Amino acid sequence: MDTAIEVSGLVVKRGKRLVLDGFSCVIPRGSVTGLLGPSGSGKTTLMRAIVGVQIVESGTVTVLGHPAGSAPLRSKIGYLTQAPSVYADLTVRENARYFASLYRLKAAVADEAIEAVGLTGAAGQLVANLSGGQRSRASLACAIVGRPEVLVLDEPTVGQDPVLRDELWDHFRRLAADGATVLVSSHVMDEANRCDRLLLIREGALIADDTPAAVKTSAGTDDLDQAFLRLIKRQAVAA
Amino acid sequence: MILTSTIRRILTQLRHDPRTIALIIVVPTLLITLIYFMYDEQPRIFDRIALTMLGVFPFIVMFLITSIAMLRERTTGTLERLFTTPVGKLDLLFGYGVAFGLAAAAQATVAAAFAYWVLDMTTAGSVGLVILIAVANAVLGVALGLLCSAFARTEFQAVQFMPLVVAPQLLLCGLFVPRAAMAGWLQAISDVLPMSYSVEALTEVGAHAEPTGIMWRDLTVVVGAIVVALILGAATLRRRTA
Repeated sequence: MDTAIEVSGLVVKRGKRLVLDGFSCVIPRGSVTGLLGPSGSGKTTLMRAIVGVQIVESGTVTVLGHPAGSAPLRSKIGYLTQAPSVYADLTVRENARYFASLYRLKAAVADEAIEAVGLTGAAGQLVANLSGGQRSRASLACAIVGRPEVLVLDEPTVGQDPVLRDELWDHFRRLAADGATVLVSSHVMDEANRCDRLLLIREGALIADDTPAAVKTSAGTDDLDQAFLRLIKRQAVAA
Repeated sequence: MILTSTIRRILTQLRHDPRTIALIIVVPTLLITLIYFMYDEQPRIFDRIALTMLGVFPFIVMFLITSIAMLRERTTGTLERLFTTPVGKLDLLFGYGVAFGLAAAAQATVAAAFAYWVLDMTTAGSVGLVILIAVANAVLGVALGLLCSAFARTEFQAVQFMPLVVAPQLLLCGLFVPRAAMAGWLQAISDVLPMSYSVEALTEVGAHAEPTGIMWRDLTVVVGAIVVALILGAATLRRRTA
């Protein structure tokens, strides 16, 4: 198994709160990994550490063999923040083209990314005038435009209708099939079934790290929601 | 390449906001016109105040615009995302400096042209030097705006930095009371405020047909202040945040 991301003994404090306390995990290359857990469990903090924008207390995060956030990674990583981080006073196309230019890519590449998120029809509109779901897709277009080897997506499907959610997941699967490593956070369990692997996280601790099927088997249920609850209870009993 | 596309991106954002463009271009001209009518009978006083204002407006406007624009980059998450891409801090700092410097050049050119040709403002030195000093002042405003945005969490706070940064410089630059007539401690404060130098440089252009040594020295001080503010601004741009 070729490793794309390796997190080891990661400790992160935000304010006075210990968000991650000695967190470790390994994410294989060319896979779609789901990062699941309730809000406030540390998903976003872990993602920020992986893309290298989070101040960490201790521990290491290695991405594609480099320390997270180091210069060689910046052209290989795509990051979608939870709140859409695009320029509201630019059109979708202008946003995508700007982010493409940062990777020294041509405008045509930006148009492909817009197409991939289903926004071609709205490409000429200002982001400020888009709906919430369209806005987050505009933001997603800017995350995938650099054709990153590692794509870190913080709740990319929130606010999207079921058809679009399905299309977006197909797209993530295609990117992984082409060799990209995709890490997707979500708290929608039915999306978890479409991942190769799941990381279940609660209060900054890893509860499960396995394939969706194995997670369900070990919890003795066919329902991921139930599986998650049982694993949490089991852990509480053990502790 | 990243720098030029960043400059283009910032100018495109501005272009989508015609009302802001109109305010940038028209407001200084309107205010100078107001000053013209205030000093209807005293053209010498008008010349002096209008000349100073040509340097002060771009500073104020660009300070405000930059601090809000940069604050938005920080609060909307675009800055965080940019720092996961190959963008360098200098691409951002110079991107804003050049883009808003160009906007300031347009502003200063329109205001100066109007003051000279419509309101009969006269200076011994050339209009080109007046615009040059005005643009230097605008870039100083950009640099200080980038710096101050780091200390504001909201747009309300960012706007409050304007009187804090601008008012003391305006009061002590020699426009209201000649610097030489100020109490020693006020003069000492005035000596470390960059606008004192840009106003003195403009006064030199007003009084002398040829650029003087004092003018070049003052302009150098302003450029030095820009460099210091940009270095401090770069220090506030952190790839990693808590």
